Amino acid sequence: MFMETAIDTPESKYEILPKTLSNGEMDGELLEVAMGPQHPSTHGVFRMDVVLDGEKVVKLKPVFGYLHRNHEKIAENTTYLASMPYTDRLDYLCSMTNNWAYALSVEKLAGLQPPERAEYIRIITGELTRLVNHTCLVGFLLQDMGALGTPLMYAFREREMILDLFESLSGSRMMCNYMRFGGCRVDLPAGWLEQAKRAVDSYSGFLDEFEKLLTENEILVARTQGIGVLPPDLAVNASITGPMLRASGVNYDIRKVDKYGIYDRFEFRVPLGDHGDVYDRYMIRLLEMRESVKILNQALRDIPAGPIVDPKAKLRGFRPKVGEAYGRIEGPKGELGFYLISDGTPNPYRYRVRPPSLINLTVLEDMCLGQDVADVVIILGSVDIVLGEVDR
Amino acid sequence: MIIGEFFRGLFLMIWRVATDQPEAKADLLAVFPPSARPVISAVLTVSPIIGIFATLFALTTLLERKGLGRIQNRLGPNRVGPFGILQPVADGLKMLTKEDIIPRSADALVHFLAPVVLAVPTILAFAVLPYGRNLVPVDMDAGILFFFAVGASTELAIFMAGWSSRNKYSLLGAMRAIAQMISYEIPLIISSVSVIMIAGSLSPVEIIAQQGRYLAGGFVPHWFVLTPWGLAGFIMFLIASLAESNRSPFDIPEAESELIAGHLTEYSGFKYALFFMAEYFGMFAVSGLAVTLFLGGWHAPFEFLEIVPSYVWFFAKLMGLVCLFIWVRGTVPRLRVDQLLNFAWKFMLPLSLLNLVVAAVWHFTAAWEFPGAGLGRWLLGAVMIGVPYVWLGRALSGSKKITQRTYRFAD
Amino acid sequence: MLGEGIIKGMVETARNFVGSYSDPERLTTVEYPEDKIPAKENARNFPFLVYDGDDAARGLRCVACQICEKECPPKCIYIVKSKDKKPDYIGKPQFYPAVFDIDVSVCMSCQICVEVCPFEAIKMDTEFELSNPDRFGGLLQDKHRLAKSNEYYHKIHETEAAEVDARLAAEKAKAEAKARADAEAKAAAAAKAATAAATPKPAPNPTTVAPAK
Repeated sequence: MFMETAIDTPESKYEILPKTLSNGEMDGELLEVAMGPQHPSTHGVFRMDVVLDGEKVVKLKPVFGYLHRNHEKIAENTTYLASMPYTDRLDYLCSMTNNWAYALSVEKLAGLQPPERAEYIRIITGELTRLVNHTCLVGFLLQDMGALGTPLMYAFREREMILDLFESLSGSRMMCNYMRFGGCRVDLPAGWLEQAKRAVDSYSGFLDEFEKLLTENEILVARTQGIGVLPPDLAVNASITGPMLRASGVNYDIRKVDKYGIYDRFEFRVPLGDHGDVYDRYMIRLLEMRESVKILNQALRDIPAGPIVDPKAKLRGFRPKVGEAYGRIEGPKGELGFYLISDGTPNPYRYRVRPPSLINLTVLEDMCLGQDVADVVIILGSVDIVLGEVDR
Repeated sequence: MIIGEFFRGLFLMIWRVATDQPEAKADLLAVFPPSARPVISAVLTVSPIIGIFATLFALTTLLERKGLGRIQNRLGPNRVGPFGILQPVADGLKMLTKEDIIPRSADALVHFLAPVVLAVPTILAFAVLPYGRNLVPVDMDAGILFFFAVGASTELAIFMAGWSSRNKYSLLGAMRAIAQMISYEIPLIISSVSVIMIAGSLSPVEIIAQQGRYLAGGFVPHWFVLTPWGLAGFIMFLIASLAESNRSPFDIPEAESELIAGHLTEYSGFKYALFFMAEYFGMFAVSGLAVTLFLGGWHAPFEFLEIVPSYVWFFAKLMGLVCLFIWVRGTVPRLRVDQLLNFAWKFMLPLSLLNLVVAAVWHFTAAWEFPGAGLGRWLLGAVMIGVPYVWLGRALSGSKKITQRTYRFAD
Repeated sequence: MLGEGIIKGMVETARNFVGSYSDPERLTTVEYPEDKIPAKENARNFPFLVYDGDDAARGLRCVACQICEKECPPKCIYIVKSKDKKPDYIGKPQFYPAVFDIDVSVCMSCQICVEVCPFEAIKMDTEFELSNPDRFGGLLQDKHRLAKSNEYYHKIHETEAAEVDARLAAEKAKAEAKARADAEAKAAAAAKAATAAATPKPAPNPTTVAPAK
């Protein structure tokens, strides 16, 4: 396109792109755009090498690793407990569920059983985390669509209440570091349950407000319906999990499949979409939030008194017996699993994360081909990634 | 002696402008030799316009940030000066002192020219708007035509900016801008043609004069917006002017979340400020034209309020429209470029053409004399524009299989 | 599909616009330097060392056991054990940290040092205004800067500090009772030994055996 002035970039270093489409229909040049790592809507340092024909995407290559920080290797060189705060930094919007997944796999490894009250606290904090994550997601998705911050600000206003709850419980708003092997770190402070009830009660009102603001909006509907369709068979083959899989109509929720924790005691439904497009992914999250509110109401009603840590659990000098374990939960973004091998020392021999963000990202190109540049941004937004978890 | 005359003339000019009297400049111009008078007269006209609109621009940026803040349950800027009113000053100083970066591989000359080429026509468009009863900078017979001719040349500047930056995002933004602005120029002009048809004149002064009557004892103004074709035309004009001034939801040329800042990506410092200013000036100009064409220009809403100086009403209506733009910006997401063009060609264009027919019917039914003729006329017009609106809207959304969905739940 | 969704949305934003004036609950932002949200009781930021009494150097609870140094995930704690010993709150002679540095620019505020400390010596602060142009002078905190009094600890974490104090008092009482019992047992043993040996020497004074308070 710009052939007049020479730029001193070594052309040979880059793959030479085809100048025409394969069917030779448009005899124009293709435009290669590097979206990211500095781009307003790639949700962090993520790069998409997009090849455009006009505004249509003909090729998309996701490039990540800009935020790689050796999480798994660090974990293999420290004690089991010391990895716990690092899991907060995986998906920094949902540290509670990350803690939970890690604690679950260590508990499997060491044969610990959290007491009743701790299980309830885990359900409550886990579902609150789901609310936080989905709230942020719909806010950011609409921000990517160009709604200039209004939905995002409403979302953050609500998220603030839950972060306050997390702060008064664990001491930190986002990096909670709250769960421990065999229970939780501290008991609920006085008045916490009442505060949580108030927050959960006001959440339905917020969801109504949000739906009124945007769900029927013609522009939103026109921009999201039929965009970025993910067929169910591809979703299953690519091992997509979480709301993305359910938006494609596959009924798979680890809360129902594994019944980890005490999820079998709660009554809730799993919303499923039929189209697998961006609109379905958006709506599934809104509906899941309503189901989370239901679970929270039941858990806040039924929570018993009692100890919060398994008496067998040891804080210092924790050495699980030799063996391996895989613990997984239904994180807000999908299946979050931790695979651990213990050789009897204080450090895990092998530590491996199964990050839902990374695996859900693998189908990005399939969803984006043939769409516009503007759609790439919202498709990426609807996948719901956090780069801390993708790159680890 | 001359100095005394000068100040007397100046004072008289300000007094006459403030109290809506004609021939405001006459006494001041008499001080100068006849050969210098045209130049002095032009300066006296141009400098207040630029000054007032520059102030209005500063106030609007503040108003926008405050208003958006409140819509989003934030406080908005409140650090510089009491209630943040000096924020535009701080922004301006920042813009002026920032480094002016020209990318190494950019076409430096065109890169420099683009903001200038953009600023000139947007300011030129202010020349033909009547701001008050006797405040018309240039009373041109073909004023509306001049306005659109000048307004159309801003597209060139945006394309210059996008092309010369040698940035792929800028280029994509410029391409989008061209497609968008040319498409929306047509509904914009056609929706104002209905007014021109009814008024029978291209002169803004004449169009306002025709809206200067009052009905129902001075409580219902004879504004064109209160007719079926006028209301439809006004709404279409507003939508098209949102697109013309690149405001949300039609801000796709500089779509922040997709194209960084579109054609503005490689601009910084004062050049960026010029672009920003030109965008707001464009918004003022097009809202001013909407006020002139549909909202009765400088006429008061009720007859007894005509004693208030006329320019107050003009600027009040202008700011009302600007607030509406801000409100829309705080609410809606952005359209995609193909949807935007579909909307222009498949929805706005047929409806605005139909609106011409409605205006014609309105014109020829003016002679109806039977009882309830006024209401009948109104309803006829409303049905003529309303039914195709519903039908077109349904057809457009139906063709893309856009539906309200229901969801399954698994236990 | 005829624009009613957009109208609905605009009504919603207008409601929020008006609401932000009439209902201060909606505005969650706090104008920071003037207003501050009081720190929550469980809030945590960076660690500090607790000392009892008035003298930071003498009353430091830390015994330089280096557990926190070992357990710290980002390894931001650096401790050098002293050569000599000094009595702790119970009166038992203990090592003390000759050097205790925490690099708060490395610290990730995880509170694991607090959890693993067996001596209740390190606690989390709620102070967050630590920005500093000097990387090492300002952010590498030595034990003099880290030492904060037990009263300060009570002020920021009331419930937790009361619990800790009760536990320490109980431990101290237990230790004292044990010491007394030990001393008595020792005295009794000594007396027994003395009588058994049937020497004319008097039994040693038990107060000299019991550690000083």
